[in-house]
Amino acid sequence: MEMAIFLVMGALSVGFSLVMILARKPVTSAMSLVAVMFCLAVLFALQSAHLIAILQILVYAGAIMVLFLFVIMLLNLREKEGEESHTKGYGQIFGGAIAFTILIVAVGSTSMSGSPAGLSSDRFGTTAEVGKILFTKYILPFEITSVLLLAALVGAVALVKLRMR
Amino acid sequence: MDSIVSLITQPLVLELLITLVKIGFILGLTIGFFAPMLAWVERKQSAIMQDRVGANRAGVFGITVIGLLHSLADAIKLIFKEDFIPRGAERGLHTLAPVIAIIPSLVVFAVIPFGGQYTLWGHEVNLVIADLDVGLLYVFAIGSLATYGVVIAGWSSNNNWSLLGGLRASAQMFSYEVTMGLTVIGLVMFYQSLSLVDIVAKQENFWHWGIIWHFPAFVLFLGCAVAENKRVPFDAPEAEAELVAGYFTEYSGMKFVMFWTAEFLEMVSISGMCVALFLGGHHIPFVTQKFLLTAFGDLLGQDIGAVVVMLIGVGVFITKLVILLVLQMTIRWTMPRFRYDQIMKLGWKMILPLSLCWIFLVGVGILTGVMPRP
Repeated sequence: MEMAIFLVMGALSVGFSLVMILARKPVTSAMSLVAVMFCLAVLFALQSAHLIAILQILVYAGAIMVLFLFVIMLLNLREKEGEESHTKGYGQIFGGAIAFTILIVAVGSTSMSGSPAGLSSDRFGTTAEVGKILFTKYILPFEITSVLLLAALVGAVALVKLRMR
Repeated sequence: MDSIVSLITQPLVLELLITLVKIGFILGLTIGFFAPMLAWVERKQSAIMQDRVGANRAGVFGITVIGLLHSLADAIKLIFKEDFIPRGAERGLHTLAPVIAIIPSLVVFAVIPFGGQYTLWGHEVNLVIADLDVGLLYVFAIGSLATYGVVIAGWSSNNNWSLLGGLRASAQMFSYEVTMGLTVIGLVMFYQSLSLVDIVAKQENFWHWGIIWHFPAFVLFLGCAVAENKRVPFDAPEAEAELVAGYFTEYSGMKFVMFWTAEFLEMVSISGMCVALFLGGHHIPFVTQKFLLTAFGDLLGQDIGAVVVMLIGVGVFITKLVILLVLQMTIRWTMPRFRYDQIMKLGWKMILPLSLCWIFLVGVGILTGVMPRP
Protein backbone atom coordinates (compact mmCIF):
# COMPACT_ATOMS: atom_id res chain seq x y z
CA MET A 1 0.00 0.00 0.00
CA GLU A 2 2.70 2.46 1.06
CA MET A 3 4.80 1.43 -1.91
CA ALA A 4 1.88 2.01 -4.27
CA ILE A 5 1.24 5.49 -2.87
CA PHE A 6 4.95 6.25 -3.07
CA LEU A 7 5.15 5.18 -6.71
CA VAL A 8 2.04 7.12 -7.74
CA MET A 9 3.09 10.26 -5.89
CA GLY A 10 6.66 10.01 -7.08
CA ALA A 11 5.53 9.65 -10.69
CA LEU A 12 3.10 12.53 -10.29
CA SER A 13 5.73 14.82 -8.78
CA VAL A 14 8.17 14.03 -11.59
CA GLY A 15 5.43 14.57 -14.15
CA PHE A 16 4.35 17.90 -12.68
CA SER A 17 7.99 19.01 -12.42
CA LEU A 18 8.36 18.36 -16.15
CA VAL A 19 5.18 20.32 -16.86
CA MET A 20 6.54 23.14 -14.72
CA ILE A 21 9.74 23.37 -16.76
CA LEU A 22 8.19 22.82 -20.19
CA ALA A 23 4.97 24.83 -19.89
CA ARG A 24 4.68 27.96 -22.01
CA LYS A 25 2.49 29.91 -19.60
CA PRO A 26 3.98 31.08 -16.32
CA VAL A 27 0.71 30.44 -14.48
CA THR A 28 0.67 26.81 -15.66
CA SER A 29 4.25 26.45 -14.42
CA ALA A 30 3.34 27.95 -11.05
CA MET A 31 0.30 25.71 -10.63
CA SER A 32 2.36 22.64 -11.53
CA LEU A 33 4.86 23.63 -8.87
CA VAL A 34 1.98 23.76 -6.38
CA ALA A 35 1.02 20.24 -7.43
CA VAL A 36 4.64 19.13 -6.92
CA MET A 37 4.56 20.58 -3.41
CA PHE A 38 1.44 18.54 -2.71
CA CYS A 39 3.02 15.32 -3.92
CA LEU A 40 6.08 16.02 -1.78
CA ALA A 41 3.83 16.64 1.23
CA VAL A 42 2.22 13.23 0.72
CA LEU A 43 5.69 11.66 0.51
CA PHE A 44 6.64 13.33 3.80
CA ALA A 45 3.42 12.08 5.38
CA LEU A 46 4.31 8.57 4.21
CA GLN A 47 7.57 8.89 6.17
CA SER A 48 5.37 9.70 9.22
CA ALA A 49 6.74 13.24 9.26
CA HIS A 50 3.29 14.80 9.59
CA LEU A 51 4.52 18.18 10.78
CA ILE A 52 6.87 18.56 7.82
CA ALA A 53 4.12 17.48 5.45
CA ILE A 54 1.73 20.10 6.77
CA LEU A 55 4.43 22.77 6.81
CA GLN A 56 5.25 21.90 3.22
CA ILE A 57 1.69 22.78 2.22
CA LEU A 58 1.36 25.71 4.62
CA VAL A 59 4.59 27.46 3.73
CA TYR A 60 5.33 26.48 0.15
CA ALA A 61 1.94 25.80 -1.43
CA GLY A 62 -0.01 28.20 0.75
CA ALA A 63 2.28 31.18 1.08
CA ILE A 64 5.28 31.25 -1.24
CA MET A 65 3.47 30.08 -4.33
CA VAL A 66 0.69 32.59 -3.74
CA LEU A 67 3.38 35.28 -3.82
CA PHE A 68 4.70 33.79 -7.07
CA LEU A 69 1.23 33.97 -8.57
CA PHE A 70 0.81 37.49 -7.22
CA VAL A 71 3.96 38.61 -9.05
CA ILE A 72 2.96 36.81 -12.25
CA MET A 73 -0.41 38.53 -12.16
CA LEU A 74 1.07 41.88 -11.23
CA LEU A 75 3.29 41.78 -14.32
CA ASN A 76 0.39 40.18 -16.22
CA LEU A 77 2.64 37.61 -17.90
CA ARG A 78 0.56 35.64 -20.38
CA GLU A 79 3.19 33.78 -22.43
CA LYS A 80 6.75 33.05 -21.49
CA GLU A 81 9.00 35.84 -22.68
CA GLY A 82 12.28 35.11 -24.42
CA GLU A 83 10.81 32.42 -26.67
CA GLU A 84 14.14 31.61 -28.34
CA SER A 85 15.44 29.88 -25.21
CA HIS A 86 13.32 26.89 -26.21
CA THR A 87 15.14 26.37 -29.50
CA LYS A 88 18.75 26.43 -28.33
CA GLY A 89 18.45 24.15 -25.33
CA TYR A 90 21.83 22.38 -25.57
CA GLY A 91 23.28 24.43 -22.74
CA GLN A 92 20.33 23.55 -20.55
CA ILE A 93 20.58 19.86 -21.36
CA PHE A 94 24.31 19.94 -20.60
CA GLY A 95 23.78 21.79 -17.34
CA GLY A 96 20.99 19.43 -16.36
CA ALA A 97 23.19 16.42 -17.06
CA ILE A 98 26.00 17.82 -14.88
CA ALA A 99 23.58 18.60 -12.04
CA PHE A 100 22.09 15.11 -12.27
CA THR A 101 25.54 13.51 -12.15
CA ILE A 102 26.47 15.52 -9.07
CA LEU A 103 23.18 14.48 -7.46
CA ILE A 104 23.77 10.79 -8.18
CA VAL A 105 27.32 10.97 -6.80
CA ALA A 106 26.16 12.87 -3.72
CA VAL A 107 23.35 10.40 -2.98
CA GLY A 108 25.65 7.47 -3.63
CA SER A 109 28.31 8.73 -1.24
CA THR A 110 25.88 9.37 1.63
CA SER A 111 25.11 6.51 3.92
CA MET A 112 21.40 6.34 4.70
CA SER A 113 21.64 4.04 7.71
CA GLY A 114 20.56 4.95 11.22
CA SER A 115 17.60 7.01 12.34
CA PRO A 116 17.42 10.35 10.55
CA ALA A 117 18.72 13.40 12.45
CA GLY A 118 19.09 11.37 15.61
CA LEU A 119 15.38 11.26 16.40
CA SER A 120 13.89 8.46 18.39
CA SER A 121 11.87 6.45 15.93
CA ASP A 122 8.61 5.93 17.84
CA ARG A 123 7.75 9.60 18.24
CA PHE A 124 9.54 10.68 15.08
CA GLY A 125 7.89 13.49 13.19
CA THR A 126 5.52 14.67 15.91
CA THR A 127 5.39 18.39 16.60
CA ALA A 128 6.73 18.00 20.13
CA GLU A 129 9.71 15.95 18.98
CA VAL A 130 10.62 18.24 16.10
CA GLY A 131 10.24 21.29 18.34
CA LYS A 132 12.42 19.78 21.05
CA ILE A 133 15.25 18.93 18.72
CA LEU A 134 14.96 22.27 16.94
CA PHE A 135 15.42 24.16 20.19
CA THR A 136 18.17 21.98 21.65
CA LYS A 137 20.42 20.20 19.20
CA TYR A 138 19.84 22.47 16.21
CA ILE A 139 19.33 25.75 18.02
CA LEU A 140 22.38 27.42 16.44
CA PRO A 141 21.55 26.68 12.78
CA PHE A 142 17.92 27.54 13.52
CA GLU A 143 18.78 30.94 14.98
CA ILE A 144 21.33 31.66 12.26
CA THR A 145 18.68 30.95 9.64
CA SER A 146 16.31 33.40 11.26
CA VAL A 147 19.02 36.08 11.31
CA LEU A 148 19.74 35.32 7.66
CA LEU A 149 16.08 35.78 6.77
CA LEU A 150 15.97 39.02 8.71
CA ALA A 151 19.03 40.22 6.82
CA ALA A 152 17.36 39.34 3.52
CA LEU A 153 14.26 41.25 4.59
CA VAL A 154 16.23 44.35 5.55
CA GLY A 155 18.21 44.06 2.33
CA ALA A 156 15.04 43.95 0.23
CA VAL A 157 13.64 47.02 1.97
CA ALA A 158 16.96 48.86 1.55
CA LEU A 159 17.02 48.07 -2.18
CA VAL A 160 13.50 49.39 -2.66
CA LYS A 161 14.32 52.56 -0.71
CA LEU A 162 17.43 53.07 -2.82
CA ARG A 163 15.42 52.95 -6.03
CA MET A 164 12.76 55.28 -4.70
CA ARG A 165 15.29 58.00 -4.01
CA MET B 1 -28.90 -11.05 5.94
CA ASP B 2 -26.60 -12.78 8.40
CA SER B 3 -23.65 -12.31 6.10
CA ILE B 4 -24.35 -8.58 5.92
CA VAL B 5 -24.50 -8.31 9.71
CA SER B 6 -21.24 -10.21 10.13
CA LEU B 7 -19.63 -8.02 7.50
CA ILE B 8 -20.74 -4.82 9.23
CA THR B 9 -19.54 -5.94 12.65
CA GLN B 10 -16.00 -6.49 11.40
CA PRO B 11 -13.89 -3.78 13.08
CA LEU B 12 -12.39 -2.34 9.90
CA VAL B 13 -15.70 -2.24 8.02
CA LEU B 14 -17.44 -0.76 11.04
CA GLU B 15 -14.75 1.91 11.33
CA LEU B 16 -15.14 2.72 7.64
CA LEU B 17 -18.92 2.92 7.92
CA ILE B 18 -18.74 5.24 10.94
CA THR B 19 -16.29 7.50 9.11
CA LEU B 20 -18.56 7.58 6.06
CA VAL B 21 -21.53 8.50 8.26
CA LYS B 22 -19.50 11.31 9.83
CA ILE B 23 -18.44 12.63 6.40
CA GLY B 24 -22.03 12.40 5.21
CA PHE B 25 -23.21 14.29 8.27
CA ILE B 26 -20.66 17.06 7.74
CA LEU B 27 -21.49 17.38 4.04
CA GLY B 28 -25.19 17.44 4.80
CA LEU B 29 -24.70 20.03 7.53
CA THR B 30 -22.52 22.35 5.46
CA ILE B 31 -23.64 22.09 1.83
CA GLY B 32 -27.10 20.73 2.50
CA PHE B 33 -28.14 22.94 5.40
CA PHE B 34 -25.88 25.90 6.12
CA ALA B 35 -25.18 27.02 2.54
CA PRO B 36 -28.84 27.51 1.48
CA MET B 37 -29.82 28.72 4.95
CA LEU B 38 -27.10 31.36 5.00
CA ALA B 39 -28.17 32.54 1.55
CA TRP B 40 -31.64 33.01 2.99
CA VAL B 41 -30.42 34.60 6.23
CA GLU B 42 -28.24 37.00 4.28
CA ARG B 43 -31.32 38.29 2.43
CA LYS B 44 -33.78 38.21 5.27
CA GLN B 45 -31.45 39.68 7.88
CA SER B 46 -30.34 42.50 5.60
CA ALA B 47 -34.00 43.18 4.88
CA ILE B 48 -34.84 43.36 8.57
CA MET B 49 -31.83 45.52 9.36
CA GLN B 50 -32.67 47.89 6.50
CA ASP B 51 -36.39 47.95 7.31
CA ARG B 52 -37.44 46.15 4.13
CA VAL B 53 -39.67 43.14 3.55
CA GLY B 54 -37.04 41.04 1.79
CA ALA B 55 -37.45 37.96 -0.36
CA ASN B 56 -40.97 36.58 0.08
CA ARG B 57 -42.26 35.76 -3.41
CA ALA B 58 -41.04 32.28 -4.28
CA GLY B 59 -43.58 29.72 -3.22
CA VAL B 60 -45.37 26.51 -4.08
CA PHE B 61 -49.17 26.94 -4.43
CA GLY B 62 -48.97 30.18 -2.50
CA ILE B 63 -47.02 28.72 0.41
CA THR B 64 -43.91 30.87 0.77
CA VAL B 65 -42.51 29.83 4.22
CA ILE B 66 -41.13 33.35 4.91
CA GLY B 67 -39.01 33.31 1.76
CA LEU B 68 -37.23 30.04 2.54
CA LEU B 69 -38.06 28.65 -0.88
CA HIS B 70 -36.01 31.38 -2.54
CA SER B 71 -32.85 29.33 -2.09
CA LEU B 72 -34.51 26.48 -3.95
CA ALA B 73 -35.79 28.77 -6.68
CA ASP B 74 -32.31 30.27 -7.02
CA ALA B 75 -30.76 26.84 -7.38
CA ILE B 76 -33.20 25.89 -10.15
CA LYS B 77 -32.67 29.20 -11.92
CA LEU B 78 -28.88 29.00 -11.76
CA ILE B 79 -28.72 25.41 -12.97
CA PHE B 80 -30.48 26.42 -16.19
CA LYS B 81 -28.38 29.53 -16.79
CA GLU B 82 -25.94 29.72 -19.67
CA ASP B 83 -22.44 28.74 -18.64
CA PHE B 84 -20.46 31.59 -20.15
CA ILE B 85 -16.70 31.56 -20.73
CA PRO B 86 -15.35 34.86 -22.07
CA ARG B 87 -13.26 35.03 -25.23
CA GLY B 88 -9.53 34.85 -24.58
CA ALA B 89 -10.02 33.17 -21.19
CA GLU B 90 -7.95 30.19 -20.10
CA ARG B 91 -10.73 27.64 -20.50
CA GLY B 92 -9.22 24.93 -18.33
CA LEU B 93 -8.23 27.13 -15.42
CA HIS B 94 -11.45 29.13 -15.71
CA THR B 95 -13.44 25.93 -15.14
CA LEU B 96 -11.10 24.63 -12.46
CA ALA B 97 -11.08 27.81 -10.32
CA PRO B 98 -14.51 27.43 -8.65
CA VAL B 99 -13.65 23.84 -7.76
CA ILE B 100 -10.36 24.91 -6.17
CA ALA B 101 -12.24 27.61 -4.28
CA ILE B 102 -14.88 25.32 -2.80
CA ILE B 103 -12.85 22.24 -1.86
CA PRO B 104 -10.60 23.68 0.90
CA SER B 105 -13.55 25.02 2.88
CA LEU B 106 -15.04 21.52 2.94
CA VAL B 107 -11.83 19.63 3.61
CA VAL B 108 -11.04 21.81 6.63
CA PHE B 109 -13.97 20.19 8.43
CA ALA B 110 -12.06 16.90 8.59
CA VAL B 111 -10.27 17.98 11.78
CA ILE B 112 -12.94 20.07 13.49
CA PRO B 113 -14.54 18.09 16.32
CA PHE B 114 -18.32 18.45 16.27
CA GLY B 115 -18.83 16.37 19.40
CA GLY B 116 -16.89 14.43 21.99
CA GLN B 117 -15.86 10.81 22.44
CA TYR B 118 -18.60 8.33 23.27
CA THR B 119 -18.81 4.60 23.89
CA LEU B 120 -21.77 3.18 22.01
CA TRP B 121 -22.47 -0.53 22.32
CA GLY B 122 -18.87 -1.18 23.28
CA HIS B 123 -17.51 0.83 20.38
CA GLU B 124 -15.53 4.04 20.70
CA VAL B 125 -16.97 6.84 18.59
CA ASN B 126 -14.99 10.06 18.27
CA LEU B 127 -17.00 12.79 16.60
CA VAL B 128 -14.28 14.13 14.37
CA ILE B 129 -13.44 12.76 10.94
CA ALA B 130 -9.65 12.76 11.47
CA ASP B 131 -7.93 13.43 14.80
CA LEU B 132 -4.58 14.77 13.55
CA ASP B 133 -1.88 15.73 16.03
CA VAL B 134 -1.22 18.75 13.78
CA GLY B 135 -4.90 19.57 13.34
CA LEU B 136 -4.58 23.30 13.85
CA LEU B 137 -1.76 23.58 11.31
CA TYR B 138 -3.79 21.44 8.92
CA VAL B 139 -6.64 23.96 9.09
CA PHE B 140 -4.28 26.80 8.23
CA ALA B 141 -2.53 24.83 5.49
CA ILE B 142 -5.77 23.87 3.77
CA GLY B 143 -7.30 27.28 4.39
CA SER B 144 -4.38 28.95 2.67
CA LEU B 145 -5.15 26.97 -0.48
CA ALA B 146 -8.51 28.73 -0.86
CA THR B 147 -6.54 31.70 -2.19
CA TYR B 148 -5.74 29.76 -5.35
CA GLY B 149 -9.35 29.45 -6.45
CA VAL B 150 -9.83 33.19 -6.20
CA VAL B 151 -6.51 34.12 -7.77
CA ILE B 152 -6.85 31.66 -10.65
CA ALA B 153 -10.42 32.83 -11.26
CA GLY B 154 -9.25 36.42 -11.46
CA TRP B 155 -6.34 35.62 -13.73
CA SER B 156 -8.00 33.18 -16.13
CA SER B 157 -11.03 35.34 -16.92
CA ASN B 158 -9.08 37.67 -19.23
CA ASN B 159 -10.86 40.65 -17.72
CA ASN B 160 -9.24 43.64 -16.01
CA TRP B 161 -11.80 43.79 -13.21
CA SER B 162 -11.30 40.12 -12.50
CA LEU B 163 -7.53 40.47 -12.53
CA LEU B 164 -7.62 43.39 -10.12
CA GLY B 165 -9.96 41.47 -7.87
CA GLY B 166 -7.68 38.44 -7.95
CA LEU B 167 -4.65 40.61 -7.20
CA ARG B 168 -6.33 42.20 -4.21
CA ALA B 169 -7.56 38.84 -2.99
CA SER B 170 -4.14 37.22 -3.15
CA ALA B 171 -2.45 39.98 -1.14
CA GLN B 172 -5.29 40.31 1.34
CA MET B 173 -5.81 36.62 2.01
CA PHE B 174 -2.09 36.02 2.31
CA SER B 175 -1.67 38.88 4.80
CA TYR B 176 -4.53 37.81 7.00
CA GLU B 177 -3.45 34.17 6.99
CA VAL B 178 -0.17 35.20 8.57
CA THR B 179 -1.93 37.31 11.17
CA MET B 180 -4.59 34.71 11.86
CA GLY B 181 -1.90 32.12 12.48
CA LEU B 182 -0.26 34.41 15.02
CA THR B 183 -3.50 35.09 16.89
CA VAL B 184 -3.88 31.44 17.89
CA ILE B 185 -0.27 30.86 19.01
CA GLY B 186 -1.22 31.98 22.52
CA LEU B 187 -3.92 29.31 22.63
CA VAL B 188 -1.47 26.64 21.53
CA MET B 189 0.87 27.71 24.34
CA PHE B 190 -2.04 27.63 26.77
CA TYR B 191 -3.45 24.22 25.82
CA GLN B 192 -0.07 22.71 24.86
CA SER B 193 -1.50 20.95 21.85
CA LEU B 194 -2.07 21.41 18.13
CA SER B 195 -4.83 18.84 18.01
CA LEU B 196 -8.28 20.41 17.99
CA VAL B 197 -9.70 17.35 19.74
CA ASP B 198 -7.22 17.83 22.59
CA ILE B 199 -7.95 21.53 22.80
CA VAL B 200 -11.70 20.91 23.02
CA ALA B 201 -11.19 18.18 25.62
CA LYS B 202 -9.24 20.62 27.80
CA GLN B 203 -12.14 23.08 27.74
CA GLU B 204 -14.56 20.84 29.63
CA ASN B 205 -14.31 23.17 32.61
CA PHE B 206 -15.98 26.47 31.70
CA TRP B 207 -13.17 28.46 33.34
CA HIS B 208 -10.70 26.94 30.87
CA TRP B 209 -12.56 28.09 27.77
CA GLY B 210 -10.47 29.95 25.23
CA ILE B 211 -12.70 32.98 25.27
CA ILE B 212 -12.27 33.42 29.03
CA TRP B 213 -8.47 33.49 28.99
CA HIS B 214 -7.89 34.66 25.45
CA PHE B 215 -10.59 37.18 24.75
CA PRO B 216 -8.23 39.58 22.89
CA ALA B 217 -7.10 36.67 20.71
CA PHE B 218 -10.75 35.81 20.06
CA VAL B 219 -11.51 39.34 18.82
CA LEU B 220 -8.39 39.43 16.65
CA PHE B 221 -9.08 35.94 15.30
CA LEU B 222 -12.65 36.78 14.37
CA GLY B 223 -11.51 39.98 12.65
CA CYS B 224 -8.96 38.04 10.63
CA ALA B 225 -11.56 35.39 9.85
CA VAL B 226 -13.93 37.94 8.34
CA ALA B 227 -11.06 39.40 6.31
CA GLU B 228 -9.92 35.96 5.20
CA ASN B 229 -13.43 35.16 3.98
CA LYS B 230 -13.44 38.42 2.01
CA ARG B 231 -16.74 39.52 3.48
CA VAL B 232 -17.84 43.09 4.10
CA PRO B 233 -16.13 45.19 5.44
CA PHE B 234 -13.16 43.39 3.87
CA ASP B 235 -14.68 42.62 0.47
CA ALA B 236 -12.28 44.77 -1.57
CA PRO B 237 -11.55 41.80 -3.93
CA GLU B 238 -15.16 41.90 -5.15
CA ALA B 239 -16.01 45.55 -4.44
CA GLU B 240 -19.00 45.97 -6.72
CA ALA B 241 -18.69 49.76 -6.77
CA GLU B 242 -15.17 49.59 -8.25
CA LEU B 243 -14.62 46.16 -9.81
CA VAL B 244 -18.10 45.07 -11.06
CA ALA B 245 -17.88 41.84 -9.07
CA GLY B 246 -14.13 41.41 -8.77
CA TYR B 247 -12.65 38.00 -9.32
CA PHE B 248 -15.91 36.30 -10.27
CA THR B 249 -17.13 38.95 -12.71
CA GLU B 250 -16.95 36.50 -15.61
CA TYR B 251 -18.70 33.61 -13.90
CA SER B 252 -22.29 32.61 -14.37
CA GLY B 253 -24.64 29.79 -13.52
CA MET B 254 -23.40 26.98 -11.31
CA LYS B 255 -19.78 28.15 -11.35
CA PHE B 256 -20.90 31.43 -9.82
CA VAL B 257 -22.89 29.51 -7.23
CA MET B 258 -19.77 27.56 -6.32
CA PHE B 259 -17.95 30.77 -5.46
CA TRP B 260 -20.94 31.94 -3.51
CA THR B 261 -21.24 28.65 -1.65
CA ALA B 262 -17.49 28.64 -1.01
CA GLU B 263 -17.84 31.97 0.77
CA PHE B 264 -20.60 30.65 3.02
CA LEU B 265 -18.77 27.39 3.66
CA GLU B 266 -15.62 29.28 4.61
CA MET B 267 -17.71 31.19 7.11
CA VAL B 268 -19.07 27.96 8.54
CA SER B 269 -15.70 26.24 8.74
CA ILE B 270 -13.95 29.22 10.32
CA SER B 271 -16.80 29.49 12.84
CA GLY B 272 -16.47 25.79 13.55
CA MET B 273 -12.79 26.31 14.28
CA CYS B 274 -13.61 29.30 16.44
CA VAL B 275 -16.07 27.18 18.44
CA ALA B 276 -13.42 24.49 18.91
CA LEU B 277 -10.71 26.94 19.92
CA PHE B 278 -12.52 29.55 21.98
CA LEU B 279 -16.05 28.42 22.83
CA GLY B 280 -15.40 24.96 24.22
CA GLY B 281 -16.63 22.86 21.29
CA HIS B 282 -19.52 20.63 22.34
CA HIS B 283 -19.21 21.39 26.06
CA ILE B 284 -22.03 23.06 27.98
CA PRO B 285 -20.84 25.58 30.60
CA PHE B 286 -20.73 24.10 34.12
CA VAL B 287 -22.00 20.70 32.92
CA THR B 288 -19.44 17.94 32.48
CA GLN B 289 -19.93 15.17 29.97
CA LYS B 290 -19.53 12.61 32.75
CA PHE B 291 -22.46 14.13 34.60
CA LEU B 292 -24.64 14.00 31.48
CA LEU B 293 -23.58 10.42 30.76
CA THR B 294 -24.49 9.20 34.24
CA ALA B 295 -27.73 11.18 34.31
CA PHE B 296 -28.99 9.90 30.96
CA GLY B 297 -27.39 6.50 31.51
CA ASP B 298 -29.47 5.98 34.66
CA LEU B 299 -32.58 7.21 32.88
CA LEU B 300 -32.35 5.44 29.51
CA GLY B 301 -29.67 2.79 29.88
CA GLN B 302 -25.98 3.06 29.09
CA ASP B 303 -26.05 3.06 25.30
CA ILE B 304 -29.22 5.01 24.55
CA GLY B 305 -28.07 7.52 27.16
CA ALA B 306 -24.75 7.90 25.37
CA VAL B 307 -26.58 8.46 22.09
CA VAL B 308 -28.69 11.19 23.70
CA VAL B 309 -25.58 12.84 25.17
CA MET B 310 -23.93 12.64 21.75
CA LEU B 311 -26.92 14.33 20.11
CA ILE B 312 -26.89 17.02 22.82
CA GLY B 313 -23.18 17.58 22.18
CA VAL B 314 -23.70 17.98 18.43
CA GLY B 315 -26.66 20.26 19.12
CA VAL B 316 -24.57 22.45 21.42
CA PHE B 317 -21.82 22.64 18.81
CA ILE B 318 -24.29 23.68 16.10
CA THR B 319 -25.89 26.25 18.42
CA LYS B 320 -22.54 27.89 19.07
CA LEU B 321 -21.82 27.76 15.35
CA VAL B 322 -25.10 29.52 14.58
CA ILE B 323 -24.39 32.23 17.17
CA LEU B 324 -21.03 32.97 15.53
CA LEU B 325 -22.58 32.95 12.06
CA VAL B 326 -25.28 35.40 13.09
CA LEU B 327 -22.57 37.61 14.62
CA GLN B 328 -20.64 37.57 11.34
CA MET B 329 -23.80 38.27 9.36
CA THR B 330 -24.56 41.23 11.60
CA ILE B 331 -21.06 42.60 11.10
CA ARG B 332 -21.55 42.20 7.36
CA TRP B 333 -24.67 44.38 7.31
CA THR B 334 -23.41 46.91 9.86
CA MET B 335 -20.09 48.10 8.49
CA PRO B 336 -19.25 49.95 5.27
CA ARG B 337 -16.46 48.57 3.09
CA PHE B 338 -12.89 49.47 4.08
CA ARG B 339 -10.58 50.94 1.52
CA TYR B 340 -7.92 48.55 0.27
CA ASP B 341 -4.99 50.36 1.90
CA GLN B 342 -6.95 50.48 5.16
CA ILE B 343 -7.39 46.72 5.02
CA MET B 344 -3.66 46.21 4.56
CA LYS B 345 -2.79 48.69 7.28
CA LEU B 346 -5.19 47.04 9.70
CA GLY B 347 -3.72 43.61 9.03
CA TRP B 348 -0.01 44.37 9.11
CA LYS B 349 0.25 47.42 11.35
CA MET B 350 -2.44 46.76 13.93
CA ILE B 351 -3.58 43.16 14.22
CA LEU B 352 -0.11 41.67 13.66
CA PRO B 353 1.68 43.68 16.38
CA LEU B 354 -1.28 43.23 18.73
CA SER B 355 -1.22 39.46 18.31
CA LEU B 356 2.56 39.45 18.89
CA CYS B 357 1.94 41.44 22.09
CA TRP B 358 -0.68 38.90 23.12
CA ILE B 359 1.73 36.01 22.56
CA PHE B 360 4.25 37.79 24.80
CA LEU B 361 1.62 38.44 27.49
CA VAL B 362 0.46 34.81 27.43
CA GLY B 363 4.07 33.71 27.76
CA VAL B 364 4.57 35.97 30.78
CA GLY B 365 1.23 34.83 32.21
CA ILE B 366 2.10 31.16 31.91
CA LEU B 367 5.61 31.58 33.33
CA THR B 368 4.47 33.65 36.31
CA GLY B 369 1.52 31.37 36.97
CA VAL B 370 -1.11 34.08 36.47
CA MET B 371 -2.56 31.94 33.69
CA PRO B 372 -2.93 28.40 35.05
CA ARG B 373 -2.77 25.93 32.20
CA PRO B 374 -5.53 23.31 32.11
